[in-house]
Amino acid sequence: MADIDIRQVAKRFGNHQALHAVNLTVADGEFVVLLGASGSGKTTLLRIVAGLEKASHGTVIIGGRRVDDLPPRRRGIAMVFQNYAVFPHMTVFDNIGFGLAMQKVPAAEIERRVRRVAELLHIEELLKRYSGQLSGGQRQRVAVARALAVEPAVLLMDEPLSNLDALLRLEMRAELKGVLQESRTTTIYVTHDQVEAMSLADRIAVMHEGRIVQAAPATEVYHHPATRFVGGFIGNPPMNFLPAEREGEGARVAGHLFRDAPAADAALLFGIRPEDLVPAGKGLAGRVRVVEPLGPHQLVTMDLAGHLFRVVLDNDLAVRPGETLTLAPRPGRVRWFDADSGVSLTQTTQPEPATGA
Amino acid sequence: MLRLASGEKVLSYVLILPASLFLAAFFFVPFVQVVVEAFTGEEGFTLAHFRTMADDWKFGPALANTLGLALVVVPVQITLALVMASLVTRLERGRDMVLYVFTIPLGISDLAAGLIWFALLEQNGFLNSILYGLGLISGPQNLLDYRNTAALFAAVVVAEVWRATAIVLVILVAGMGLIPKEYDEAAEVFGAGPLKRFFLITLPLLRPSLQTALILRTILAFEVFAVVAVLAGNNLPVLMGETYSWQFDLQDHKVASAYAIVILAISLAFTVFFLWALRDRTREAAA
Ligand SMILES: Nc1ncnc2c1ncn2[C@@H]1O[C@H](COP(=O)(O)OP(=O)(O)O)[C@@H](O)[C@H]1O
Ligand SMILES: [Mg+2]
Repeated sequence: MADIDIRQVAKRFGNHQALHAVNLTVADGEFVVLLGASGSGKTTLLRIVAGLEKASHGTVIIGGRRVDDLPPRRRGIAMVFQNYAVFPHMTVFDNIGFGLAMQKVPAAEIERRVRRVAELLHIEELLKRYSGQLSGGQRQRVAVARALAVEPAVLLMDEPLSNLDALLRLEMRAELKGVLQESRTTTIYVTHDQVEAMSLADRIAVMHEGRIVQAAPATEVYHHPATRFVGGFIGNPPMNFLPAEREGEGARVAGHLFRDAPAADAALLFGIRPEDLVPAGKGLAGRVRVVEPLGPHQLVTMDLAGHLFRVVLDNDLAVRPGETLTLAPRPGRVRWFDADSGVSLTQTTQPEPATGA
Repeated sequence: MLRLASGEKVLSYVLILPASLFLAAFFFVPFVQVVVEAFTGEEGFTLAHFRTMADDWKFGPALANTLGLALVVVPVQITLALVMASLVTRLERGRDMVLYVFTIPLGISDLAAGLIWFALLEQNGFLNSILYGLGLISGPQNLLDYRNTAALFAAVVVAEVWRATAIVLVILVAGMGLIPKEYDEAAEVFGAGPLKRFFLITLPLLRPSLQTALILRTILAFEVFAVVAVLAGNNLPVLMGETYSWQFDLQDHKVASAYAIVILAISLAFTVFFLWALRDRTREAAA
């Protein structure tokens, strides 16, 4: 068990800056998900923590110990690779026991621990097989078992579910959550799938272009996005944004006056989640363009003062394309952003210090 | 499941027909001729030519020398190439350049290679000059003395290693490039140091390339000829040299063919051995 402290870590590849002074702390036993689009630097950051990549700048501290100059095998970590990297020339048993064998653990003890994790991941009957005789899902379990077998202080996982088909991914996600919750191992988990991130994380660190733009529990990232990017990246459909004109204490959005805009010098941007609106007598009025029934809800796309605007409404409400719909935000759900920098003006948490620098 | 329609199937046979005809005309026909030559006499089938061959006093030494050379040269080449390939693969920059330099000897024929090493090692050669210049020897030494078989053997080994290690290197570098780097990284994360990673991960995963390199190099080693001829002349008889000598000096095509069959049989035996010894064992285990 150990905590992780990532301080001012930067990485350049040639003249491409893959990471800009990233700061992130992971508490002992915490499960942090690095979430970001492809190319945002998640893998690079994870590999720097693992010691497979050297940071151009900054420090990584694991369990109170600076590990920058230690090779991966001296860092007390285990890793699950995106393509599993289950050794094809070894049996499942030897794969799972590999780390223990490297630590010169006695054979009987290896046997005991391999069987225990194999049981945990329901692969006891595969122990004699080779990787080539396994399905993707089974290989994935072997990769996780191999990592858990060494009882690491820190577990690193790079998109471990991304190569599985959708149904299997859902099943493995739930199972992984159960197994990892039990082990309470400090974990950094990389994914580009926001549903996966929400489902697994104690805390989500949202990455964008080599920076962590917000690190907070899932509900907070969802309801209080630290920047316009986070609001637009998380949530499906994403947050709606509309330009706002300052008017006295308030701000006018698409013709409607909101009285409680934040007092700041910056130009304002209005933001609201699609499910945070209800039909009302007055408010934001626009013409309905498309109605899509989604089982329990309906997704209504409308034209609001020239901007595309999406709302998720109860499906007992009759809405037809072409008609005009007037909506009011649920109380406390409007978010204001600095129109230029995109930084939230209503957030309750700050982004990790110095990330935006 | 990709199944070719029958029309396409016919087409694929038509497409490989020219290559097959070529092989038949220029490989199979001469091969059959050699077999016929080796096993027939005036009255049909006979083993007389093989008896003539075996009774010749040079057959024993030729067989022993050829096998001995292969047994020394091939392991040295494989080991050297493995070390070099590991180093080359690790280079971040200038990898191709280093590989080009290493592979220069490949562009030189075996005869020319023999001549180069002869020029280096002969009594008035380069090595003698250097040793003399450094004051390490008082006068020219005959390094290729015909009475010193061990020295001749060693000279041939050095020349062969210099000449043909690069082909093994090229095969192994290509093979290492095919191994996903995650295997090595996973081994590193799970506690294996550089040596353990080489022996537990890289070497086993290199099996197909090693197999190819071993088979190719062993077959070529049994055909060693020009380098030996230049450096050792008749003092280090080898099978290929004897084949040549029966064919052209003694004008006995029958015994020469018998020699050719022996070389072929040994090559085949080793090929089968390597195919078996380095087979993919992971497919055998019952699922
Ligand atoms: N070894 C490398 N050499 C050069 N550029 C790299 C290398 N690894 C990653 N990058 C670049 O760094 C950026 C971040 O990559 P990565 O960390 O793999 O992103 P992610 O895992 O979020 O998809 C990308 O633009 C990628 O092209
Ligand atoms: Mg990645």
